[in-house]
Amino acid sequence: MDSREMVELDVETGLEAMARGELTSEAWTAALLERSAALNSRLNALTWQAGETALAEARAADAARAEGDERALLGVPVAIKDLLNVKGQPCTAGSAILKGYTAAYDATVIARLREAGAVFVSRTNTDEFAMGGSTETSTYGPTRNPWNPDCVPGGSSGGSAAAVAARLAPAALASDTGGSIRQPAAFCGVTGFKPTYGRVSRYGCTAFASSLDQVGPMARTVEDAARLYHVIAGADPADSTTSPQPVDGDVAALRDAHDLKGLRLGLPKAYFAEGLDPEVEQLTRAAIGQCRALGAELVEVDLPYSKYGIACYYILAPAEASANLARYEGVRYGNRAEADTLLEMYENTREQGFGAEVKRRVILGTYVLSSGFYDAYYSRAQRVRTLIRTDFEQALSQCDALLGPVTPTPAFRVGERSADPLAMYLGDIFTVNVNLAGLCGLSVPCGFTSSGLPTGLHIIGPAFGEMQVLKIGAAYQHATDWHLRRPADPPPDADVDAKTK
Amino acid sequence: MSKWMASIGLEVHVQLKTRTKMFCSCPAHREGEPPNTQVCPVCLGLPGALPVMNREAIRKTVLTGLMIGSKIPLRSSFDRKNYFYPDMPKNYQITQQAAPLCMGGSVDIQSAGTLKTIRVNHIHQEEDAAKITHLANSSEIDFNRSGTPLMELVTEPDMSTPDEAIAFLTALREMLVYAGISDADLELGHMRCDVNTSIRPVGTDKLGVKSELKNMNTFRGIHRALTYELKRQMDTLEAGGSLVQETRRWDDAAGVTLSMRSKEYAHDYRYFPEPDLPPVILDEAMIARWRCELPELPAAKRARFIQDYGLPEYDAGVLTAERAIADYFEAAAQKAGHPKAVSNWVMGELLRALGEKGQSIAEARITPDALAALIALVEKKTINMPAAKEVFQILFEQGGEPEAIVKEKGLLQVSDSGAMEDFAEQAMAASPKVVEDFRAGKEAALMFLVGQVMKLSRGKANPQMAADVLRRKLST
Repeated sequence: MDSREMVELDVETGLEAMARGELTSEAWTAALLERSAALNSRLNALTWQAGETALAEARAADAARAEGDERALLGVPVAIKDLLNVKGQPCTAGSAILKGYTAAYDATVIARLREAGAVFVSRTNTDEFAMGGSTETSTYGPTRNPWNPDCVPGGSSGGSAAAVAARLAPAALASDTGGSIRQPAAFCGVTGFKPTYGRVSRYGCTAFASSLDQVGPMARTVEDAARLYHVIAGADPADSTTSPQPVDGDVAALRDAHDLKGLRLGLPKAYFAEGLDPEVEQLTRAAIGQCRALGAELVEVDLPYSKYGIACYYILAPAEASANLARYEGVRYGNRAEADTLLEMYENTREQGFGAEVKRRVILGTYVLSSGFYDAYYSRAQRVRTLIRTDFEQALSQCDALLGPVTPTPAFRVGERSADPLAMYLGDIFTVNVNLAGLCGLSVPCGFTSSGLPTGLHIIGPAFGEMQVLKIGAAYQHATDWHLRRPADPPPDADVDAKTK
Repeated sequence: MSKWMASIGLEVHVQLKTRTKMFCSCPAHREGEPPNTQVCPVCLGLPGALPVMNREAIRKTVLTGLMIGSKIPLRSSFDRKNYFYPDMPKNYQITQQAAPLCMGGSVDIQSAGTLKTIRVNHIHQEEDAAKITHLANSSEIDFNRSGTPLMELVTEPDMSTPDEAIAFLTALREMLVYAGISDADLELGHMRCDVNTSIRPVGTDKLGVKSELKNMNTFRGIHRALTYELKRQMDTLEAGGSLVQETRRWDDAAGVTLSMRSKEYAHDYRYFPEPDLPPVILDEAMIARWRCELPELPAAKRARFIQDYGLPEYDAGVLTAERAIADYFEAAAQKAGHPKAVSNWVMGELLRALGEKGQSIAEARITPDALAALIALVEKKTINMPAAKEVFQILFEQGGEPEAIVKEKGLLQVSDSGAMEDFAEQAMAASPKVVEDFRAGKEAALMFLVGQVMKLSRGKANPQMAADVLRRKLST
């Protein structure tokens, strides 16, 4: 197998090739590192590449396999969003304030991947502290959409989505606070899965909004996403918000998902309202038609409070973020701006270290928690959150899962919404409610617009209904080939080209 | 103070005695560890770290609430208190604001000879900050203390004199040590106090403008600061001035309080529910079980010692001041069956010997059983008092059985009349002048002869019996 074939492998085919002895993890990893070096300056999907440490992990995996080891992800190279702590690797959350910071410990999800034999090949770009929907707020600059480098890959996990789409890694870990896995997955034509809040440990995931953040996988197929999901999911004593509920099912259960007979799938009326791009609507409706053709019964459901989701989210998430980001002040780690007094040091450090979007949200969050405003904003938003949760519980009591679009539009152009935060925030309209209600959600590729940009089908399941959602996604993918399409490689970077010659 | 009355309220921070910190598994703070060695991602506030509740700290805080009669809500929760300071690794403190672990309760104190009840508003659970040391041109931060479990007990402003404040703290401290909640060592900062004071004209109800003295950690300092602060407030008002609500600092060297910040500069802590921790859910059965684990409190124990053992109030007070001593006394008293004698021995010889050695009762080698056996030997007149004290000293230093020591050292009291007759005759023969004096009516001469008998018997004679025998012989 040559390196051009190796980079096309997904997790499943890579594992099979290694099991047959046709591929070593070392060669696979080296091929991906080489491709990343050639393409990343165009895509800016990666913030750091592991190089020799990844090759060493790969060799260790190969040696273990030679001894008969068959762990779930043995030798599989995985890209990691740059806010998950991998001991000894940089972890910057896309922020200047953490540039140069090296993680002191493994996040629980990383420890579990390591335990399963994964190879940590690279770190992926993210909006600063995951605050954004385009990966443009990163201190490393914007990531480009592999389908069209003039467009954003979505965000905040745009680096992970672009890396998987562009064949820089067969799979990646990312995080989703208001849509940050599903929206970039839709924009980049990959599969992105946000498990239920409490299903996956947040220990070691640099916090944005603690009651909403959830770590999940991105991959090319639902089965591959499930492979990673089953390794990272489950109660963690280090995260008190994880659920003791046992993790059910496995990847094998998805292979036989070929139809949707006996399932009732709900279509929220509000998700097909004004503001939805006609092409996106048409592609989503076609995908829903496909689900009906696979045997699902479709029902319309009401989510009367979902229209308040964005307002509610942009109070609660910044409030939590304002406290979560208080620790970045230059006293113990990260970058410190010199000053004459303590207060000036705090001010200068944060002024220089944080970008505009982070500052906007910290100020917003500080404001809504201030004495005199707490009841009007934070407290009311918490009550609205409860109503939204109840909305979804009622809708999901009438059906097995909900279907809809992931995003109101396909990927927009880099810079298009930078001056208009509200337009950027409204891009989360179909995704934030899933976080507010603590549910699980999957985005699977479901077609392309006339300009060649991918769109995603959103499958929303009840809390801890991961297997149901994954089965629907797997059945859909078994009947379609959108997820198999691949963007053309951007022309290789001139500098890199020169070096390799 | 005749025209004025004072209202004093306390916020007492107590370091709980737990194995690990409040939200991580680092060892709870001990003095003397090298700086920044008892730390982990959680108590350093590294990116991505999350808190995990220490159940033992929760239990200890609830036990404290049960001791003072608090209501224990079945659901309580944690909040974030936001403020920037370098000793706070996350720049927010995890504490309880909206729903604390313990609500209400009270502590009784003795105030100028009468009983006074001080109401407690609530007790909540929180984490300590790191320790910061300011040097000439820099500051050093030791995160070993960061995340140490604290409980904060907030009283109503029910105390009206510095003495009452100290009486409250003393009673609270005694309780906490008794129940093993805290070592409550003031020198090590295990108990730190914010003191709120205000004064108002006698006969009025509305509380005056209060000042808050921050972070006091000695009883003496609190007493002096309060005395100063009350006088300052009174002098200000009597001179026609007005007071502002403010936070003040006690300067111990200068003996004055100084303004730190007034109300308009007060922090807005922007409390909100801690999303990283689920609520604390307790159930009635668990609380009932914990209630059974409560030790008898000092005041109840004192009353029982007076009632059950017939001890004077003074003895009961001394014996119950420390739980280990009270336990020791009870063990010995139940064995010996003569509580007052046991009390005398414990308060006299035992506490003296411990004091001399600088030891705690746990280190004493004399067991309660041995002390009881020793007392029984005295009661039965097997040995006399000087011999008993000698045996005590051996038991204290080496341990062992009193009977065996008495035998080994030949300390059995001579009560044998034949031997006593011999000693008496020898003593009389050796001092004919004293014998004459006695016979001439000088009663004190008898004591000299008894002393001689004791000497001849090498201290083993029963002194009462020696006196009787001598008196009989001298009168014939």
